[in-house]
Amino acid sequence: MGRLKKKFRLSFVALPYTVYALIFILAPMVLIVVYSLCYQQGGGWELTLKYFEKFFDLSNPMYLRSLWDSVWIAALSTIVCLILGYPMAYILSKMRPSVRGMVSFLFVLPMWMNFLLRTFAWMTLLENTGVINTLLGHIGVGPVQFMYTKGAIVFGNVYNFLPFMILPIYNTIVKLDGMYLEAAGDLGANFSATFRRVIFPLSLPGVVSGVTMTFVPAVTTFIVSRLLGGKNALIGDLIEREFATGNWGFGSAMSVIIMVMILLMMGVMGRYEKEQSASGGLLM
Amino acid sequence: MKKLISACKGAYSAIIFLFLYLPIVVLIVLSFNESSSRAVWGGFSLKWYTALLENSSIRDALVNTLFIAAASAAIATVVGTAAAIGINSMRRLPQTLITNLTYIPVTNADIVTGVSLMVLFMFLSIPFGRVSLLLAHVTFNIPYVILSVMPKLHQMNKHSYEAALDLGCTPLGAIIKVVIPEIMPGIITGAILAFTLSIDDFVISFFTKGDGINTLSTVIYTAITKGTKLKNQINALSAVMFIVVLALLIVVNVRASKDARERERAARNRARHR
Repeated sequence: MGRLKKKFRLSFVALPYTVYALIFILAPMVLIVVYSLCYQQGGGWELTLKYFEKFFDLSNPMYLRSLWDSVWIAALSTIVCLILGYPMAYILSKMRPSVRGMVSFLFVLPMWMNFLLRTFAWMTLLENTGVINTLLGHIGVGPVQFMYTKGAIVFGNVYNFLPFMILPIYNTIVKLDGMYLEAAGDLGANFSATFRRVIFPLSLPGVVSGVTMTFVPAVTTFIVSRLLGGKNALIGDLIEREFATGNWGFGSAMSVIIMVMILLMMGVMGRYEKEQSASGGLLM
Repeated sequence: MKKLISACKGAYSAIIFLFLYLPIVVLIVLSFNESSSRAVWGGFSLKWYTALLENSSIRDALVNTLFIAAASAAIATVVGTAAAIGINSMRRLPQTLITNLTYIPVTNADIVTGVSLMVLFMFLSIPFGRVSLLLAHVTFNIPYVILSVMPKLHQMNKHSYEAALDLGCTPLGAIIKVVIPEIMPGIITGAILAFTLSIDDFVISFFTKGDGINTLSTVIYTAITKGTKLKNQINALSAVMFIVVLALLIVVNVRASKDARERERAARNRARHR
């Protein structure tokens, strides 16, 4: 009986947070779902699916196309990050431990710069009157239109999220037991076989974590697309625009669609991702 | 052959680092540019830095940012640490429910967190401004504190809290004297994470701040999307922020590696005495 009482008391200290979470985490989600399914008419509220019908309207697929663009651009950004990031993570993990700390610190550093400033920096470089085009002008080329293209959005995403891909992969490879590699070598595997059949499969949790940390923010960004993408509006831009113009219902419906997408993705990814830390090694 | 491979590795790392640092270097160089052109060098000047110092909107935004970051980190650390201790001793079902609730802001898209909080504040008629901003930042900070403290609680010996009670401690006394010291590293990590995430946030602040108030991020956003004149000052601001972040990270990492060394030494000593 005494034990039970003690247990009860200790879980009691979570009460302030539980109340806070119900109001500020759960209630907003509920509200978004409610707004996406209701519309105000006169004094009353009516249930409706019209916002979702508008989004999935096949005769005017501008919203679906925007969602498709967002997913496609995010997928491309994620793949480029993986292709660039995996070798880097691998090289990093094979460095001497004393050097490794320093080098991974150098990877973390740009991430702590404000996201907007990092994107702004690329605007400075890529603009028609920017650094790169001015240099190209000296050798008689250009100006090349880099900005306000879908390619620029992919580029901005890759720049902003590359460290999020490198670090989780690095963390799994570096913890990999060297015995496995020796065993593979003893059994006659060359480097490419060892990599394909031992290192890569064992680093998959890191890859999954990196893919999630890159793909989710890339799908929903409205900064990168607005600053570098010009007229190429992604789903994040549309949500922002609907709320800015007071169309809560449609904005909420799009938010719900995004949430469901993320949940589905997490469901699929979660099966692979077990031992990754919450902060993804941000603080090293 | 081996030499060639290691040369390739070096070249590859160099290219990635160039990619990561080139824009930052360009911004810092341009912050000293006499000319307001963002491509042509017009001589060395500190005029953007003096303009930055005299810019009251940026100064106000900096004060707001630091205030919100410090206050939200402090609240999130206290509430989040208490929450972690409580959740850790809950029975299975409530524990799973609250843990899942905690994961929502971490996994959700920032834009969805932002608009949903905006809708909530409108719904509850909470005035937009410092209060709404603070509530929003506390909301996305608490989960990170909880997730930093939780692993330390799992590592801790379950019985030391009960031993403290048996030796006559009150529950609160046992938490303060026994539990908190054990999980301190997790609490500090959580607090630092909360502080930096708050400073870095743009999307959630953008939706929950209202018209009359700005943080550094939202001022930067306005400057980039609208004011052309401010852009040069933004270069200077980037340089300053880069140096501050660099200094802070060096301090944190030096501290962390010192801790690790001391822990190693302590472990060695313990092994020797055994």
